[in-house]
Amino acid sequence: MRIAPERSPALDEALGPGSPIVVFDKVSLAFDDKVILRSVSFTLLTGHTKIFLGASGAGKSTILRLILGLLRPDGGVIWVNGERVDEMSEDQLMRVRGDLGMVFQEGALFDSLSVAENVGYKLYEESDMALDEVRSRVEEVLGFVGLGEHIDKSPSMLSGGQRRRVAIARAMAFKPRILLYDEPTTGLDPITADSIDNEIIKLRDLENVSSILVTHQLRDAFRVATNTAVRNGGRVEIVPADARKADEAEFIMLRDGVIAFEGNAAELRAATDPYLKAFLS
Amino acid sequence: MTGRVSDAIKHGLQEVQAYVVMSVAALRAVFTPPYYRHDIVEQFEAIGIGSLTVVLLTGFFTGAVLALNTGITLDQFGARSFVGRLISASMIKELGPVLTGLMLAGRIGSGIAAELGSMVVTDQINALRALGTDPIRKLVVPRLLAGFFMTPVLTVISDGVGILGGWIIAVFQLRVASSIYWTSIIDGLYMEDAWMGLIKPFFLGFIIVTIGCHVGLSAKGGTQGVGRATTNAVVASSVAVIAVDFFLTRLLITLMY
Repeated sequence: MRIAPERSPALDEALGPGSPIVVFDKVSLAFDDKVILRSVSFTLLTGHTKIFLGASGAGKSTILRLILGLLRPDGGVIWVNGERVDEMSEDQLMRVRGDLGMVFQEGALFDSLSVAENVGYKLYEESDMALDEVRSRVEEVLGFVGLGEHIDKSPSMLSGGQRRRVAIARAMAFKPRILLYDEPTTGLDPITADSIDNEIIKLRDLENVSSILVTHQLRDAFRVATNTAVRNGGRVEIVPADARKADEAEFIMLRDGVIAFEGNAAELRAATDPYLKAFLS
Repeated sequence: MTGRVSDAIKHGLQEVQAYVVMSVAALRAVFTPPYYRHDIVEQFEAIGIGSLTVVLLTGFFTGAVLALNTGITLDQFGARSFVGRLISASMIKELGPVLTGLMLAGRIGSGIAAELGSMVVTDQINALRALGTDPIRKLVVPRLLAGFFMTPVLTVISDGVGILGGWIIAVFQLRVASSIYWTSIIDGLYMEDAWMGLIKPFFLGFIIVTIGCHVGLSAKGGTQGVGRATTNAVVASSVAVIAVDFFLTRLLITLMY
């Protein structure tokens, strides 16, 4: 089951493991006189993770909104899944969004719908899938995030951490190839934050989803970058990643709209720049 | 000072432009799929059935108070028996559409602005777009259709209960014979009046809903912004109801009388 747009075999091969799936080339954006992003360039490879760090207002969430086409850049080029999105109309963007899942800050669940309707929203409203198939997919993804028993509740009856997990379930329900996380653990206690991190790791390593994580929670950023999910019999375990796997998660530090650092977890820890050291301390 | 005035004018023009763009997009979406049928039915119920109580009460008491006041005035000319004629003409041509419009501006205009505004500030609108749904089709079109078609229905109901309220006062307070009242209602009513009373609510329904949707979807600044949007929606749509009623009446008089 996938409602994402079909790709030609050539494009599928071109966007296979290790090839660029999201590309920013000299992207700039300003709101009136305030510059948000200044000539930002980076590449996300298929199956890899980019972790954006930075202070509030550094432009981290803006990057996710640009990828989704919720905002348009003033300059530069953005490629997502082999398509140039910075020039697309809203109708064309709907097709690209078929392969993008987004977990918003605070979840952004629909208050008027139940957990099941939220999770299956795209399948109910934007696909021709039979209702019983949608229901079984909803049960499957809610089981994946450990919320199977809350399927018929209203979002207002859930805790903050549960709402974020429902938001993850909603973003993954239609099996997108790319998942975007906007501060998914902010404001949560460390144990709940760990459970969210585990979902991100599981989706990346078991479902082969390329992901971009925006956060200023260093603990969660390093946890996602340095751990991996493996199946052990019928169980899924989160274990420390080997060096090759850890290299697939790359950090980008944004400062005043420009990239102040780009590298893996070990390189970030070893950075000598005073701003980075202050941020990491 | 001049700068502030020019900024205000510029801001006002941008608002009007954004309103027109949204309304045109909504009208285009009305005639092209996809449609969210469940939401359309839900909005017909919320706007139509949900507004029934307020429209019934407003219509009834307006008709009753109209009978009381016109009764006193008509007495001065010995023409109390014409009370029905005045009530039918006033209710059907003017008071029914305008008062129903004002009630709906207060009830559904504020409700739409608050609901959509809350969705904007909690990122639910962006979540809809991210999930591949056009908010205009999903949120604006069902409300637009419901407002457009239910406002005339509610107006007719308001006219009916207004005339009934007038009948109660005419018969039990002014001691006008029931048959004289009803004959007077029919005698005082012309086809042009009925058309005018029926055409205006379509436009008023459109205006109330589109203003509520535009103001709600432009909400900024958290819960305070939602409150501001709600107030603005009620003020703007109430003023628009009165203004549009004036211009429509002028136009319809030119075209029909």
